Amino acid sequence: MNALKSIPVLVEAPATRDFCYQNTLPLLHEISHALRRLQQEQLPTTIDLNAIPFGPGDEQRLLEFLGRGEVSAHLEALGNSSVWESGYPGIWFIEHRNESGERVAFQMEITTLPAILATHPDDIAESLSSLQKALENPSLGHRIGD
Amino acid sequence: MDTNTKTLGEALRRNGVTRRGFLKFCTATASMMALPPSMVPAIAAALEQARRPSVIWLSFQECTGCTESLSRSHAPSLENLIFDHISLDYHHTLQVASGEAAEAAREAAMHANEGAYLVVVDGSIPLGNPGYSTIAGFSNLQTLEETVAGAVAVIAVGTCASFGGLPKAYPNPTGAVSVSDIVTDKPVINVPGCPPIPMVITGVLAHYLTFGTLPELDHYGRPKAFYGTSIHDRCYRRPFYDKGRFAHTFDDEGARKGWCLYKLGCKGPMTYNACATAKWNQGTSWPVESGHGCIGCAEPDFWDAGGFYNALSVPTGEISRNASYAIAAGVGVGAIAAGINQRTRNKAVRQHAEVTIEDLEKR
Repeated sequence: MNALKSIPVLVEAPATRDFCYQNTLPLLHEISHALRRLQQEQLPTTIDLNAIPFGPGDEQRLLEFLGRGEVSAHLEALGNSSVWESGYPGIWFIEHRNESGERVAFQMEITTLPAILATHPDDIAESLSSLQKALENPSLGHRIGD
Repeated sequence: MDTNTKTLGEALRRNGVTRRGFLKFCTATASMMALPPSMVPAIAAALEQARRPSVIWLSFQECTGCTESLSRSHAPSLENLIFDHISLDYHHTLQVASGEAAEAAREAAMHANEGAYLVVVDGSIPLGNPGYSTIAGFSNLQTLEETVAGAVAVIAVGTCASFGGLPKAYPNPTGAVSVSDIVTDKPVINVPGCPPIPMVITGVLAHYLTFGTLPELDHYGRPKAFYGTSIHDRCYRRPFYDKGRFAHTFDDEGARKGWCLYKLGCKGPMTYNACATAKWNQGTSWPVESGHGCIGCAEPDFWDAGGFYNALSVPTGEISRNASYAIAAGVGVGAIAAGINQRTRNKAVRQHAEVTIEDLEKR
């Protein structure tokens, strides 16, 4: 891949005014409508960003425009996933990567909390059962120093 | 060949996949199948119960590019989970067995899963002379007819299997035909492309694995989820087409600024495929983003369609004269150009028109 960088190809970045030629601006309007639905009807929306025909630089412009907010989370399941709230509260990005670090899904959720962060009720039941079993173990007090 | 003992949900749990991992898997599967994110809960419910299907993969007149595309697909954990789950009982490029042992594996899978297995085919079938392509002494036609007899459906992967492809190009020396020319009593799903996008191949398999049904197809037998819109309609350069901004050569101002490649022969308006969103090479880019027009490889007879660098509605040397006649007659230029294009295409198909370096330099 380093050899490719030695090829003197100059790519002209679209001027700022070209922002509205591509798909970023229509998408921002769609997000705006989704945010209104969330506010007025409590209806969340999910947008598959992999299905949007982004041109070169569109995704970066979208990310830069929305910015990053105060919440981010990291998930390790079948590879790493990143979840973060944008600078506009209620607009979340969820990026899933596989075990090789390659992106397998990139979504935006307009919601109060992305579903993948919430603990599943079945996991809570299993968690309670595991904790109770651990508490019944007579060696527990010795192990934690009581 | 143990195809019905475990569900995918059970297999995933056995491999230590958590519920969040499963939800992530379903999200990626929905994205891969080009289904809306709202389908994720339905996919999760269906995948919990999905059974392990047997798949027999037949390769005929092909270049192995389709298998290369699939085996180098960019989401290994997802594909691995799917392909670990299907039982790929015969694929003479990938399987370890060869010769009689390989053919025995195919026959055993057919008998064990009678009426329930999937057949995947890449490559066209020569009818001109059976000796043009044989496997284990059997003609491709014999092998296909025998294998398909007990199948639930056939997936034709690549343009050769879907439409005849390159082997069928004029003058079609082997008498190549597509799978659907032979198989008329079973569902045939065409997944064309030269090669098809790996995500599309796995997406079709994932759809069958997930829902146990075949996806909705268009008039060419292609899954609408991937082939439902034209390259042109999903192209990020479409706004330049609408504004009339075109590249006229591969190194002019328009080309450097990423304007529309229509006048350089892009076949995006007549080609239906998912390249514009699925992209290639780990989602890095796709032909139009790399500065070259679409060549229409997912369409029938794309190889004989009149030259990759001839604009669809602007045939070289004829458009000015014909268009001026059209204007004089009060006929819409677009309509007459479309008519000219159809005639040019038909003529090219008949005469196998060639594009030379000189032709390109004229532009």
